[in-house]
Amino acid sequence: MTLQTILPVQAAQIKEWAEARGEAAWLTERRLQALELAASLELPKPEKTKLDRWDLSGYGTFKAGEKVTSTDSLPTAAKDLIDEGTQNLIVQRNSGVVYATLSEELSAKGVIFTDLETAAREHEVLVKKHLGTAVKTSEHQVSALHYAAWNGGVFLYVPKNVEIEVPLQAVFLSDDASASFAPHILIVADTNSRVTYVDNYVSAGLNGTILHNGAVEVIALDGAKVQYATVHQLGKEVTDISYRRALLSNNSSIEWIIGEMNEGDTIADTATTLQGSGTNSDAKVIAIGSGSQKINYTTRAVHFGKSSESDMFTRAVMREEAQAIINGITKIEHGATKANGQQTEKVLMLSPKARGDANPILLIDEDDVMAGHAASAGKVNPEQIYYLMSRGISRADAERLIIYGFLAPTIAEIPLELLRTRLQRIVERKLGQ
Amino acid sequence: MATKFVIEGLKAEIEGKEILKGINLEMNGGEIHAIMGPNGTGKSTLASALMGHPKYEVTAGSATLNGEDVLEMGVDERALAGLFLAMQYPSEIAGVTNSDFLRSAINARRGEGNEISLIKFIRQMESSMKGLEMNPEFAHRYLNEGFSGGEKKRNEILQMSMLDPKIAILDEIDSGLDIDALRIVANSVNEMKNEDRGFLIITHYQRLLNYITPDFVHVMMQGRIVKSGGPELAARLEQDGYDWIKEELGITDETVGQEQEA
Repeated sequence: MTLQTILPVQAAQIKEWAEARGEAAWLTERRLQALELAASLELPKPEKTKLDRWDLSGYGTFKAGEKVTSTDSLPTAAKDLIDEGTQNLIVQRNSGVVYATLSEELSAKGVIFTDLETAAREHEVLVKKHLGTAVKTSEHQVSALHYAAWNGGVFLYVPKNVEIEVPLQAVFLSDDASASFAPHILIVADTNSRVTYVDNYVSAGLNGTILHNGAVEVIALDGAKVQYATVHQLGKEVTDISYRRALLSNNSSIEWIIGEMNEGDTIADTATTLQGSGTNSDAKVIAIGSGSQKINYTTRAVHFGKSSESDMFTRAVMREEAQAIINGITKIEHGATKANGQQTEKVLMLSPKARGDANPILLIDEDDVMAGHAASAGKVNPEQIYYLMSRGISRADAERLIIYGFLAPTIAEIPLELLRTRLQRIVERKLGQ
Repeated sequence: MATKFVIEGLKAEIEGKEILKGINLEMNGGEIHAIMGPNGTGKSTLASALMGHPKYEVTAGSATLNGEDVLEMGVDERALAGLFLAMQYPSEIAGVTNSDFLRSAINARRGEGNEISLIKFIRQMESSMKGLEMNPEFAHRYLNEGFSGGEKKRNEILQMSMLDPKIAILDEIDSGLDIDALRIVANSVNEMKNEDRGFLIITHYQRLLNYITPDFVHVMMQGRIVKSGGPELAARLEQDGYDWIKEELGITDETVGQEQEA
């Protein structure tokens, strides 16, 4: 093992931060192990993107945000994202959670919804058991560094047979470029439970560049149903690396709804391991790239379970000089009989300098399966523009209709009305029209 | 002002190949003109060049609608000036519903601050669709996506009836239509005929003209109008075909690019 890699985070810092938080010893120990491991691991290798020249050093330093007693005291950027009257909300500002609330009703049912630091103290057994099981520390250097440096975050536990109707919400705000911003989301849905969780990542007024090294873990036990919706709208100062993983036991399901609306360079990897039989994973990604963003979006489904089904759908619009690689990876392991894996990636390029590369990959080690893919990348069709204009619609309006039309079928399928309208607004803003 | 549309010396090419070799045609509101001729003689090119299809380049001539040369205008401006083309192959546009599209087109005419109310629009669209015996569900379908050939043609006529053009060009509107749909489309044209509106109907079948009586019939060959007449010309073509015209004019191959150099 070589220890020559110079890491952007040091053991002394980890210890100092842990102390500041009053962290449990077992957790600090894990962090230090992760850091040691990081030194021996390589950078992740997303398909067709080389990370060697990316600046991944912006970990900043731990700064616990000041706790607030009411959402009214939050910065506007965060406040704007909060659904009025929500009783189940976690807000992280920079390195720490500053606001957390859970309704008495859900609390009485045994639901746990708190920041992950607190959960590690108060629900040690649960956290210890599941933390790091979906996103592995050893995956690569970035994941190991995440486990060394993560802060704030969310722990959501839904007990057996508990079905939650209202969406639980979290907001992650970065507004200080010198402050570490690395939330970890851990969701454990126990047997036959059901939950919807929605979060937003946003930045405001940053005075320098920063890295968001984030991880999301969803553990769905037998028969559990999880809906996970996330919208990333981080500014151009933020390099966003997000690894999201769901682990599905028998007959459980995950539905990913993802809005990639960042302004900065982005690596987003959303993967489901369909471990159990009868599992179901559905991923919908809507993305807009602009400016000179470099982007790699990957959706992935790995089938182990019999009769497991996955569907992945990415629609991306690239403007200006944005460069995106869009990978869809369906892996069906030997023994996953009657599995069905489908994927579609579509990219629309709006300018001659914008690039979008749709890259479907099917890896099938079992005969008795179904799998399919469709991918397309292209520019706005001049025949379509002509057709719309021939009815009196201006070129700008014609383009707008076609772009919205391109995204609309995916937006329309978003099951949460509030998120649907919000995403629509963000799309309009990001398209600058 | 009574509608007047005058095409003078129109020449157009596609990818450097000249297709239209000098078209002259004058139309007034209230008139129905039919352009007939075998395949490959430039009929559809005429329609596309008038509307401003990006693939066709106009190299000479003018087309003035009430004194304004539409060839100088952008495609959308031509439409706003009153030109309408029912296309032979309408585009399919996923994600844009028929009703959103039509409402945008109507609002483009009305201008900002004067948009049509949703209720009024829906009523108008429903009534127009009813006249064309279209399933109301088509309002909410994506524009032309998955429509059959006949459904697309009806959808073109629906747009024409709602956009109220001064000059409506119908390019092979009869192809892909069964006899019932043909009758419905023809009724719609006949109902829309008025003093302010002229029709230019492009077809190579006489069939449509059994339902719509043209005031003038023009025959195109080799990128030019080679013969004009009244409805009796269409009847003669129905009976005798095009050979007698070719013989009369000494043409052996009527398609564009086959004419003898003088």
